[in-house]
Amino acid sequence: MVEPGEVHVLLGENGAGKSTLMNILYGLYHPDEGEILVNGKPVKFDSPSDAIAMGIGMVHQHFMLIPVFTVAENVTLGLELTRPLGFLDRRRARKEVDQLGREFGLPVDPDALVETLSVGAQQRVEIVKALYRRAGVLILDEPTAVLTPQETDELLGVMGSLKRAGRSLVFITHKLKEAMQVADRITVLRGGRVVGSTLPGESTEAELAAMMVGRAIRLGVDRPPSKPGAVVLDVEGLTVRNAHGQVAVDDLSFQVRAGEIVTVAGVQGNGQTELIRAIMGLDQVSSGRITAAGRDVTTSSPRETLASGVGHVPEDRVRDGLVGDLSVAENLVLDMYYMPPFARGPMLQPDEIQRSALQRIKEYDIRTPSPQTSVGTLSGGNQQRVIVAREFSRPVSLMIAAQPTRGLDVGSIEYIHERIVQLRDQGDAVLIVSSDLDEVFALGDRIAVMFQGRMEGPFESDAYTREQVGLMMAGSSLEAAPAKGGGDSA
Amino acid sequence: MSEPTSTQQTPRRGVSARDVIQRVIAPESTTWNTVLIVALAFFTALVLSAIFIVGSDPNVIQAPDLPTGLNVAWLDISGAYGGLLSGALGNPSTFLSKVGSGNAKTVASAFYPLSETLVAAAPLVFTGLSVALGFRAGLFNIGGEGQVIAGGLAAGFVGFSLHGLTGFVELPLALLAGFVAGAFWGFVPGLLKSRTGAHEVITTIMLNYVAIYLTYYFLSTKVFQRPGRSDPISKIVDSAASLPSLEGVNLRVHAGVILAVLVAIAVYFLLWRTTLGFEFRAVGANPDASRAAGIGVGRVVVLAMSLAGGLAGLAGANIILGVNYSVSPGFSSSLGFDGITVALLGRGNPAGVVAAALLFGGLRAGAVQMQAATSTPVDLVQVIEALVIMFVAAPTLVREIYHIRAQRGVGAPAVSTGWGS
Repeated sequence: MVEPGEVHVLLGENGAGKSTLMNILYGLYHPDEGEILVNGKPVKFDSPSDAIAMGIGMVHQHFMLIPVFTVAENVTLGLELTRPLGFLDRRRARKEVDQLGREFGLPVDPDALVETLSVGAQQRVEIVKALYRRAGVLILDEPTAVLTPQETDELLGVMGSLKRAGRSLVFITHKLKEAMQVADRITVLRGGRVVGSTLPGESTEAELAAMMVGRAIRLGVDRPPSKPGAVVLDVEGLTVRNAHGQVAVDDLSFQVRAGEIVTVAGVQGNGQTELIRAIMGLDQVSSGRITAAGRDVTTSSPRETLASGVGHVPEDRVRDGLVGDLSVAENLVLDMYYMPPFARGPMLQPDEIQRSALQRIKEYDIRTPSPQTSVGTLSGGNQQRVIVAREFSRPVSLMIAAQPTRGLDVGSIEYIHERIVQLRDQGDAVLIVSSDLDEVFALGDRIAVMFQGRMEGPFESDAYTREQVGLMMAGSSLEAAPAKGGGDSA
Repeated sequence: MSEPTSTQQTPRRGVSARDVIQRVIAPESTTWNTVLIVALAFFTALVLSAIFIVGSDPNVIQAPDLPTGLNVAWLDISGAYGGLLSGALGNPSTFLSKVGSGNAKTVASAFYPLSETLVAAAPLVFTGLSVALGFRAGLFNIGGEGQVIAGGLAAGFVGFSLHGLTGFVELPLALLAGFVAGAFWGFVPGLLKSRTGAHEVITTIMLNYVAIYLTYYFLSTKVFQRPGRSDPISKIVDSAASLPSLEGVNLRVHAGVILAVLVAIAVYFLLWRTTLGFEFRAVGANPDASRAAGIGVGRVVVLAMSLAGGLAGLAGANIILGVNYSVSPGFSSSLGFDGITVALLGRGNPAGVVAAALLFGGLRAGAVQMQAATSTPVDLVQVIEALVIMFVAAPTLVREIYHIRAQRGVGAPAVSTGWGS
């Protein structure tokens, strides 16, 4: 139940049924049982247009915009304003869109092409689009997953002004902090059921997390201070160009030592991807030198780099981490299938592969019907566990993980973070790239920030506050974000 | 950031040939479900083709009244399909008496239709495996035709050049020549793809033409052309280089049939029991992840195209050394393209390919008998084949018609959904 002018947060892990519920409200799926009441009257939605007609608007996780159209065209799409003879009335459309944006504090340029906008701006367009359709209830499906910390703050502000304007909001998320920040009421879903409903003042984050997962959860990671040893990864003056020939990584130098975790914060698209790919030998290095695990790997092939003792959890697990149509067992040996005991000469040893798979599935608690199941059918969290199981069970001295917990539920995040700290405590060097500030601070012994191909740091994790690091991610230099006095913990 | 990036999946940019291939060979349903779908597709194709049979007979339309017309129509259909069946498998009514006659030639004649089916199926197994292997590695080998021709030319050349050696030397050499020549015809597109990104569909099609017209050239040279002939036909393959067949009976079945089965088993082992096969399947399903895991994608592409070409080359060798015994233009008779059909029907699976090749081999052998027995043209078989493939490609349609419950996630329209959650 959502009251007018309130923000109702739906909190739940992946697969808890949040999105399914909202898709039913939006007329995309049909309920098997039960009914939906709008303003006290039962309604039946056969399609999204029914839902829109009843004043329900939805901002999807994956934007439904046409990149080559302007903002005004996207907003009015389907409800185009026309002049006699069916000509489009562009001027009026532009004006109305502009007005709507101002009214709710959602600055959008009606003439900009959507493809030129940042993710945050595209999201604003989506919201304006829903408002243009006179949405009284606005459903936001995991809207902050794609935003920078600053953009997230802006969005939460916009939600406030919408609320004041009497619109109701349903905010779907699995991030506790955001839920606490904006909610008037919080409903927690687990396994398709409502397991609790609360007001933000009445529960702590830890209680909410426990409700979501069904057991007590440790927020943040317990970790003893690091004991850095010898340099394991040494990057010197590294420059990498992307496919368009632009400099993506600009003269970067840093080191990662044995027994420490260095986290690299940054909004996606600031060269982190290219940095990792260059270290792994997946992209060519323009200049500079990379030494990993005691070997110069600047020009090594991916296999040579992997074999020299580097583990890699790729950023895009579906594209680079797994072969979706191959089985879980096969994916667990994707970079080891050719060595003993999984192969003898040119012959695979299916028994060994199976035996090792069963062991990993147990050890890493991978929820799969069987080792023969296609890995593509598993949930995101379990897919990531397959990759982690594979990479963490290889003998490595350097572990590189990009966005290791993106899109995962609280339980999986906790698990993967624990594993990463374990690896560090065994004396491995760990390099983590993440755009999630919580993760950056939860794991990093030292923290670096990447912006437009350049890096600030790494510096000790208590040198800057979250806010300062957030600003650096958005491009403010160190001068604009002065170091905290006294270096107290963040 | 220029495009909306999602957190959980790479945005999909249209449907690529690779997606299509993966849909064909994806482990989407149980074996029995697949067999059922194919059987029903075949049945539906026969029903629809019956309409063509009836429509092509003027006697049906000109019949004086409806019962007569229906009777003529029924006779047409039963005659045609009866002929098809007895041409493919044998005539059940005379089969037992022939086998029981004790006379070797009469017994053999009972097996003549089966022999013809096997002879037609063997080269389809090779080209089907060729395309299927390509599918597994994510490659669309349209070049089977050229590879068949290259293989046939090379096998023929070795076959008619060698004399006086035993079959244990000549035959393997001729087969090897066929394999190597076909492999070269696959290697070139593979190399072009891995080095320059040239799409194998384009390059293999072009190489088909090269092979077709090279045949005419070679068959006009002194080395190839049979002495005393002015038409493009090669010298005759030495008997020691031919694929052995049964002595003293009028059956065309030859050792190439056994070879086809052995090669199918070998391809199965290659794909599922060797590290190279693992690489093929991994690269075929996701080249990005394969590269990130250290697999040399370019090397795999070249090897897979070469092996696929070699398999098609064996089809050419099989025709020249087992059936024709000399090379003439058009001997490949679109085997390379039929290989695509066979691989699709066989779901890119070696066992499936053998089964599909037997089905099509039977249809082709039966078609000859059908045309002889009734006035139904041989081409009807092509219609049936095309319809079978159409229905197999649209399993949802078949399930609709016969009210088969789809398995979870099977046959649903290709709506892209996220991987996460």
